Amino acid sequence: MSAAGADAPTPYRLYHPKWYRRRVSVWWWLSKPAYATFVLRELTSVAVAFFALVTLLQLRALARGPEAYSRFLHRLESPLVVALHALALAFVLFHAITWFNLAPKAMVVRLGGKRVPDAVIVGANYLAWLVATAVVGGILLGIR
Amino acid sequence: MAEVVALEIARYRPEQDSEPSFQTFEVPLRKDWVVLDALNYVKDRLDGTLSFRWSCRMGVCGSCGMRVNGTPRLTCAAFLTDNLPGPIRVEPLEYFPVIRDLVVDITDFMTKLRKVKPWVVRRQEKPTAEGEYLQTPDQLDAYKQFSMCINCMLCYSACPIYGLEPSFIGPAAIALAQRYNLDSRDEGSAERLDILSQHDGMWQCTFVGECTKVCPKDVDPAGAIQQYKLEGAAHWFKTLLSPRGAR
Repeated sequence: MSAAGADAPTPYRLYHPKWYRRRVSVWWWLSKPAYATFVLRELTSVAVAFFALVTLLQLRALARGPEAYSRFLHRLESPLVVALHALALAFVLFHAITWFNLAPKAMVVRLGGKRVPDAVIVGANYLAWLVATAVVGGILLGIR
Repeated sequence: MAEVVALEIARYRPEQDSEPSFQTFEVPLRKDWVVLDALNYVKDRLDGTLSFRWSCRMGVCGSCGMRVNGTPRLTCAAFLTDNLPGPIRVEPLEYFPVIRDLVVDITDFMTKLRKVKPWVVRRQEKPTAEGEYLQTPDQLDAYKQFSMCINCMLCYSACPIYGLEPSFIGPAAIALAQRYNLDSRDEGSAERLDILSQHDGMWQCTFVGECTKVCPKDVDPAGAIQQYKLEGAAHWFKTLLSPRGAR
């Protein structure tokens, strides 16, 4: 091959296809709204981790005594932390709602040979969530 | 004068091009025409060198999958009038290597499909004299949806995971594995689980869900994969509790 052929395509040979392979752009997730929603849903895991971390820090403060705990609570009241919590809550709600809506895809329940409708599966998930919330709320309010 | 619509068709001629480019053709805009009809018009009347695959023209063979305005579609089921105003962009399926124009190399899919053993596996075949394997309508109903797959590969073209991780076994192959797992005559689900639990199997899927949206046969590969994950996780848990009794 001559030096001038550096940019020229390699010669085509019969029965030896010269495939064209396109590389996936790093911005692939911006090409469709559905992809962007998907990436956003994946990112909500950061918010879940954030809440878990805050709970762990809260437990640590609790273990260190009343003074440390009130200092912790005071820190939570700063506007920045409140804003961060609001943002994280929005993300976690987005995560929870999309998750519940996806549940019927993975859970196929058959009763009497017929598939239980998707709406019933989603409804059962929300119901379980309501019951769990009521139980936790009941325990918290009952302690007072 | 008859109305016309412009088609922007991806061209790749390996003997002269180093990468694909678009060529615009004007075709009659007929109400009863699908994109495939327009492609055939181009090939018959305007440029006989245009290459694309097609066969049945009625959504059965799964050969004519391409991207129409960016979305993976069977071109035999994509009406021109549903994609107005033009120009209508026609490109080969995404993530597959392009051989020429709109023709892609499907070897990767064929290899993966074979891997999941998409056939009825029996530990021991029943002698013919004992008759056929019977199945009730409910037993048929359990897997029928997944059996509608026509191997058109639109789901692969819609799956960014397959684009990013080409080793991923992919939506249709997993849906077809599930089709046989749910078949009352089949005894091969353990073999398939071994294959699909590996690194390139179902766990690569992060549930983007686009495969289900583009499926022309409502197979719901995304659902099949999530159901399979649930089974895989349950199986793993069983082996954890009782390493020997799981199977």
